[in-house]
Amino acid sequence: MAQKKKFLYLNRKAPHGTIYALESLEVVLIGAAFEQDVSLAFLDDGVFQLMAGQDTTAAGMKNFSRTFKALGDYDVRKFYVERESLAERGLTVEDLMPITYEDENEDYAEKPSIHLVGRAELAAIIADQDVVLSF
Amino acid sequence: MTMQYKIGDIVAEHDEEGYLTDITVWNKDLALLIAKSENIEMTPEHWEVVDFLREYYEEYQIAPAIRILVKEMKKKFGPEKGDQKYLYQLFPYGPAKQACKIGGLPKPTGCV
Repeated sequence: MAQKKKFLYLNRKAPHGTIYALESLEVVLIGAAFEQDVSLAFLDDGVFQLMAGQDTTAAGMKNFSRTFKALGDYDVRKFYVERESLAERGLTVEDLMPITYEDENEDYAEKPSIHLVGRAELAAIIADQDVVLSF
Repeated sequence: MTMQYKIGDIVAEHDEEGYLTDITVWNKDLALLIAKSENIEMTPEHWEVVDFLREYYEEYQIAPAIRILVKEMKKKFGPEKGDQKYLYQLFPYGPAKQACKIGGLPKPTGCV
């Protein structure tokens, strides 16, 4: 069996104006089948992808934001959100959807998947990856 | 060319693999018709899986991959039903694939 690699998906664009966010999510879901070490990062307008209470009815787009909540089941449990990107857009972590995973080592306790990280910290996380895919 | 399921006055378009083009037209009669075209006789056990997948889709907007289906079925119905072999007995050509088709859902992401 090949060694696990660290995959990071960088999400930098707002969710519904372009196809990038949805395509990124599709790739994450497909990649999750290969049991790699997967992390997601949200920065720049990408932080809007995690906004709570999205309603895409008027835009005529599928509201795929709810799919992020399923990723814990796919063992995708690390969502890094860049603190500066949130602040620059007048947002706080309270504006984001709660996203959790169940820890099978602790009787399936629900734990938060979202981690706020500073810009420098995120740079270090990126540097530590084997594969970085930017959307 | 468009392909269609027809029951009485109801016409539902599907793609070349039999998945409904518009998931909102789905109903139980249509499900029975799709099941028949898959050579599946629907039992309460089949409906349990189809209903579960539809609930999952409603909540997360995706059809789960087989690995996730097994895991979630186990959580909800216990190890006897959260079992790959059990699910393949119900849906021999792939539980996620066939049950999603019957439930009017898109093909599971990651299923090729």
